[in-house]
Amino acid sequence: MAAARTRAAVAQNDGVPLIEFNDIYKIYVMGDSEVHALDGITMKIYKGEFVAIVGQSGSGKSTCMNIIGCLDVPTSGKYYLRGTDVSTMKDDEQAEIRNKELGFIFQQYNLIPKINVQQNVELPLMYAGLSEKEQEKRALESLDRVGLRSKAKNMPQQLSGGQQQRVSIARALAGNPSIILADEPTGALDSKTGRDVLEFLKKLHTEGNTIVLITHDNTIAAQAERVIRIQDGRITYDGEPDISKFASVIHAGDGEVSA
Amino acid sequence: MTLKKSFALALKNLLFDKMRSLLTMLGIIIGVAAVIILISLMNGMMGLMNDEFSKLGTDSINVTVTDRGGKRTVDEKDMYKFAEENPDYIKAVSPNVTIPAATVKTADDDLTTSVNGVDERYADIRLNGLEQGRFLHYSDVERKQKVCVIGTYIEKELFGRGMGLGQTFKINGKSFKVVGVLNEEEDSESGSADDAIYIPYTVALTMSQNGFISSYIVQAANVEIVDGAVTKIKQYFDNKIGDSDYYSVLSVKQVMDMVNTMTGTMETLLVCIAGISLLVGGIGIMNIMLVSVTERTREIGIRKSLGAKNRDIKSQFVIEAGTVSGVGGIIGIIVGSILAVFFGSLLDLKTVPSFSAIAIAFGVSVAIGILFGYLPAKNAANLNPIDALRHE
Repeated sequence: MAAARTRAAVAQNDGVPLIEFNDIYKIYVMGDSEVHALDGITMKIYKGEFVAIVGQSGSGKSTCMNIIGCLDVPTSGKYYLRGTDVSTMKDDEQAEIRNKELGFIFQQYNLIPKINVQQNVELPLMYAGLSEKEQEKRALESLDRVGLRSKAKNMPQQLSGGQQQRVSIARALAGNPSIILADEPTGALDSKTGRDVLEFLKKLHTEGNTIVLITHDNTIAAQAERVIRIQDGRITYDGEPDISKFASVIHAGDGEVSA
Repeated sequence: MTLKKSFALALKNLLFDKMRSLLTMLGIIIGVAAVIILISLMNGMMGLMNDEFSKLGTDSINVTVTDRGGKRTVDEKDMYKFAEENPDYIKAVSPNVTIPAATVKTADDDLTTSVNGVDERYADIRLNGLEQGRFLHYSDVERKQKVCVIGTYIEKELFGRGMGLGQTFKINGKSFKVVGVLNEEEDSESGSADDAIYIPYTVALTMSQNGFISSYIVQAANVEIVDGAVTKIKQYFDNKIGDSDYYSVLSVKQVMDMVNTMTGTMETLLVCIAGISLLVGGIGIMNIMLVSVTERTREIGIRKSLGAKNRDIKSQFVIEAGTVSGVGGIIGIIVGSILAVFFGSLLDLKTVPSFSAIAIAFGVSVAIGILFGYLPAKNAANLNPIDALRHE
């Protein structure tokens, strides 16, 4: 499977993966039965990759994202982030990892409505403990990158959906994280705006950022450089973004193929 | 999270829904206002009482004695002699024979008041000078002259203000001549210090059924020595009479201390009751903060996903609760101070909201916010970021 990684990504790395899942299980106990949300996942994602994790709802992709994003810990198995075992970290240690290593982009943008755009972008910098001057400087730089510096003093709800998503991208970029984790970033947008956001992610990728995109949509997944398909908690495909290859691996009766 | 940002955010949240914020703060506002009003009014009342007592003279001592008969008794000659022998402690002594509810009559008017029989030194011990005429003289006392000095209320009622000097009127059927009118002490009303008639104690003694002087007013040599003088007098009476049930020695200062202790206790009690309102206010804040945490679950999730640690979330909500109660406290202080002055003027008291009352009220209200904000803040901090993010 590792052969499927692009040559570019391999060339950039000295062998230590950015994300390494080693036989990760996530098991929920529901009454008498156990639900294996993740059923033994092993994968490696290297610096500079643009990976789409695709799967229908209930496949375990969200659980996978939560673990990658240090929002959750696996029941068993090891998760190494830049070579550090983060699978058994405590709340506050995870918070620090999230702050330093991860930039989240959510489907619902998840901007805080009571504070303005700039203050939203400053949040991760504030929690990193930067001075107010530095926070402001970096937040404005970041807003510049998404072309929304002029909206810095606006409130989030004064912006269109696409603009709000760009603000959330600016927020994700502000702390200069090693991974950008995008959870259905186009899910709440119309197709044109969705395409713009995807183009922007691609641009970030060409600038050297590592992007992990979580989606249920095969056509969106196909925009990435590498596709990992998850089904019933297991990886069923890991390779080129060739839609004819990964989209065919589906359940009987699964109506979600949107190719 | 920087303190400044937390505080700014808390204020913003406070202004976001003004009605709700006001209702949340109401308990604190009422509690703080009540504490300030009560403390101010009590202080005003204490001030008034202290003023009244100091009119009696903080250096004066009341001595009452019961006739035990025979040699084991103290009469006015003994008292004068005792005073002369102890000039370091005692400046002056005056007998004080009260004729309660005496009927006072002129041809046209009559009224009932109490009449005090005193000697010539009484004016120096207790009184505040004369408007007209003179006070009683030694010769008046010695010769049992039926003369009197009256307060302005008596003058006003019987003769009209400024018309009293030289007039005569009857006290319990006996005719007295007015030789002096006292300065107006208060407002020339019935029951005030201006409602007073002084006659020689020798005359008063013949008018009262009891021929024994049972009360003396003693003036201590100075204010500092009052306690020493009290002790000295007690020793004297103890030697002379023996049984302490037959006399009592009480300085105005002692009475003031007693009254102050009593009002102090009462004040504490009232403030405690007002404090219950602060407690209720605190619970109100806790309630609204719990609601706020639930409403802002998603915000908490976002903040956590961006790297907020548990203590960041906790401090944000604690500061918010502290801000709500602190602002409530400030409003309460303003409302309380205004009402305290207003009620004070209604009751004719000098009420100045004391700095200490304000400082305590503000401190307590902020502390209550922090105390009652802690539980909701802890709940917020312990939220699971995934669940919080998915919260609608």
